[in-house]
Amino acid sequence: MIKLAGITKTYGSGEVATQVLKGIDLQIEKGEFVAIMGPSGSGKSTLLNILGALDVPTEGDYSFMDTNIRGLSKDQLALFRRNILGFVFQGFNLLKKTSALANVEMPLIYQGVSAKERHKRALEVLSSVGLQERVDYDPGQLSGGEQQRVAIARAIVTRPKVLIADEPTGNLDTKRSHEIMQLITGFNREGITVVMVTHEEEMAEYASRIIRLRDGMIEKDGHHAV
Amino acid sequence: MLYNAFLQAIREIKRNMMRSALTAIGIVIGIASVIAMVNIGKGASASITQSVSKLGSNNLLILPGQTRGGPGGASSFAKPFKPNDLNVLKSSINTLEAVSPVENTSMTVVYKDQNYRTNIKGVNNDYFTVQSLEVDLGRKFEKSELRTGQSACIVGKTVVKKLFAPDENVLGQKIRLKNFSCVIVGTLVEKGANTFGGDQDDLILVPTKMFQRRISGNNNIHMITVSVKKNIPLEEAKLQIDQVLRESRHIKANDEADFTILSFTTLLDTISQITAILTVMLGAVAAISLIVGGVGIMNIMLVSVTERTREIGIRMAVGAMAADILIQFLIESVVLSALGGIVGVLLGLAITYGVAIGLDIQLILDPSITVLSLLFSMLIGVIFGISPARKAANMNPIDALRYE
Ligand SMILES: Nc1ncnc2c1ncn2[C@@H]1O[C@H](COP(=O)(O)OP(=O)(O)OP(=O)(O)O)[C@@H](O)[C@H]1O
Ligand SMILES: [Mg+2]
Repeated sequence: MIKLAGITKTYGSGEVATQVLKGIDLQIEKGEFVAIMGPSGSGKSTLLNILGALDVPTEGDYSFMDTNIRGLSKDQLALFRRNILGFVFQGFNLLKKTSALANVEMPLIYQGVSAKERHKRALEVLSSVGLQERVDYDPGQLSGGEQQRVAIARAIVTRPKVLIADEPTGNLDTKRSHEIMQLITGFNREGITVVMVTHEEEMAEYASRIIRLRDGMIEKDGHHAV
Repeated sequence: MLYNAFLQAIREIKRNMMRSALTAIGIVIGIASVIAMVNIGKGASASITQSVSKLGSNNLLILPGQTRGGPGGASSFAKPFKPNDLNVLKSSINTLEAVSPVENTSMTVVYKDQNYRTNIKGVNNDYFTVQSLEVDLGRKFEKSELRTGQSACIVGKTVVKKLFAPDENVLGQKIRLKNFSCVIVGTLVEKGANTFGGDQDDLILVPTKMFQRRISGNNNIHMITVSVKKNIPLEEAKLQIDQVLRESRHIKANDEADFTILSFTTLLDTISQITAILTVMLGAVAAISLIVGGVGIMNIMLVSVTERTREIGIRMAVGAMAADILIQFLIESVVLSALGGIVGVLLGLAITYGVAIGLDIQLILDPSITVLSLLFSMLIGVIFGISPARKAANMNPIDALRYE
C-alpha cells in the first residue's frame, strides 16, 4: 500500500547541509502494524513526517496505492491527510482551551460532516478510548494518558486507512503506555494500517514488524510473531 | 464551513475578550463618529434651512461687488452704492414693497454711568417692513429726521435693559455714541434670539443719513435690503433690480455686474453647500479613524496568527487546506470588526440623539449611512485581515507544528 524508494532528506544547504535520511526503501502492506525504532537523531520523526505528508523528501519516490504523493499539490496533500491519514503526535498537540469533544470533532469539520453527525461520531470514538466521562474537559484538565487518548480519538474519528503515531507513549508511564498500545492494537485489528515510532522495546512488541533506523538508513527490518 | 468558521471566530473572540474589546474600540469610535457626524450634519442643515426660510422668503439683499463663495464674500473694496442707486430703485420699480439701506457698525453707547457695546444700523422706515420689526413705545423716524440726519435713535430691548433701570423712562432720553448724542424716539418690540442664537434685540436703529454724517462720514451705502411685493416672483424682481442698477451704475449689458443680488434661497443654497462640505470633512476625519482602527485589527490578527502557529499546524495536519485556514482567520477579523461596527452604530445613534436633544436640532437618522457603516466595518475586517490570514494560510504544516 505504501511504497518508499530512495527517500532522502537533507536539512540546510551548502556547508551546513546535513543529510538526515540517506536513502530509505520501504514497503508497507495494508493492515500491517509497523514499529520504527532507532537511536535519537536517527531520523525516525523525519521519516514519519514524510509518510504523514506533513513534510516532503529531498529525493526519492513516495507512492500510496499507486498514487505518486510527490506529484500532489499542497491542497491535494491536505486532502490526503484529511481522508486517508490519522496522526498521533508525541506531544499530544491538542487545541488548548478546547474541550476533548471539540478537539475530536475538528477533523470532521474539514471533512464537511454535519454538526449532528460530528457530535455522534466524536462521542462514539471518545467512549471507545474510555473517555465518555471526560468529553467536556479541556486538555489542561486531563492527565497525560487521557490527553493521548483524546489525540488517538481525534486521529481515528475520520476512519483513516493509516494511523501514524510518533512516540505515542513517549510521555507516559508503563501502565498508561500499555493501555494506549492496546487501543492502537485494537484499531489495527479493525483493519487500520499502523506506523508507529517508539524507543521502547516493550511497546514495539505490539507491532508485527519492527524497522530499525541508524544514521538515516534502515539497519534492520524484520517481522516477528506477536 | 463558513458557519463553522463563524462559530470558531466567536469562540476565539470570547476567549480573548479583553484584547478583542480593546482592538475593536478603534472601529467602534470610527463608526460611531461617522454615524454621529453624518446624522448630526443632516439634522443641523435641516434645522438651519427651516429657520432661514422663516427669515423672510420674499426679501432680497443687494451687495456691492461679486460674491461667489456666499454672503460675506462681497469685497469691501467693491464700489459701494450711492444715494442715487437707492432713489432709482425706489422710484422706477413698482414690484418692491420696501427698500432700505443698511449701514452697519458696532459702538459703545453711554447713558449716565452705564455703557454697552451694541450694533448700530443706519436704516430708513422701510427696514421695519423688511425685518418685520415693530415699534413698542414711541414712534418710527420722521421725514425730517430721515432727510436731515438729525440725531434720533430707536433702541432694541436688550439695549434698554443694559442701559436703563427697569422702570426708568426711556423715550426722550439722550444716549451718547462716541462723540455725539442721540435722542431716543422709540423702542422695538422684543424678537428674541434667532436660530443661530443671535440676539435680535441687541441693536440701535438710526437714520441712514445720520449714520453717514456722524459715523461713516460719506454718503456710501454698503447694503440694501428690499422686500418684494407678495405674488411677485423673486426672479422677476431680481431682473428688474439688475437692470435698474446696471443703468444707474453705467454697466453695459454684457459686462459683469459690480453688485450682487442675494435672495434667501441663494443663502439657503450656500448654507446647505457649507454644511455639506462640513459633513464631508467631518466624515473624512471619521474615516481616517476607521483606518486607524483597521490597522489595530491587523496588528492583533498578526499577533494572534503567530500565537496560534501551533494550532494552524495541527489543523493542517488533520487536513485543513490553505483556504480553510485563510477563511478562518479572515472571518475572525471580519467578525471582530463587524462587532465593533455594531457597537459603533449604537453609540453613534445615541450620540446623535443626545446632540439633537441638547442643541435642539432636528433628529435625522439616516438608515443608509447605518447600513453603509456596517458594510464598511466588515470591509475593513477583510482589508486588514487578509494579510494576517494569508500569513497563516501559507505556513508549512511541519514548520507550524514545530513552532514553539
Ligand atoms: N528542521 C530541521 N532543521 C535541521 N535539522 C533538523 C530539522 N529537523 C530535524 N533535524 C535533524 O535531523 C536529525 C533527525 O531528526 P529526527 O527528529 O528525525 O530524529 P528522531 O529519530 O525522531 O530522534 P528522537 O528519537 O530524539 O525523536 C536530528 O539530528 C535533527 O537535529
Ligand atoms: Mg522524534
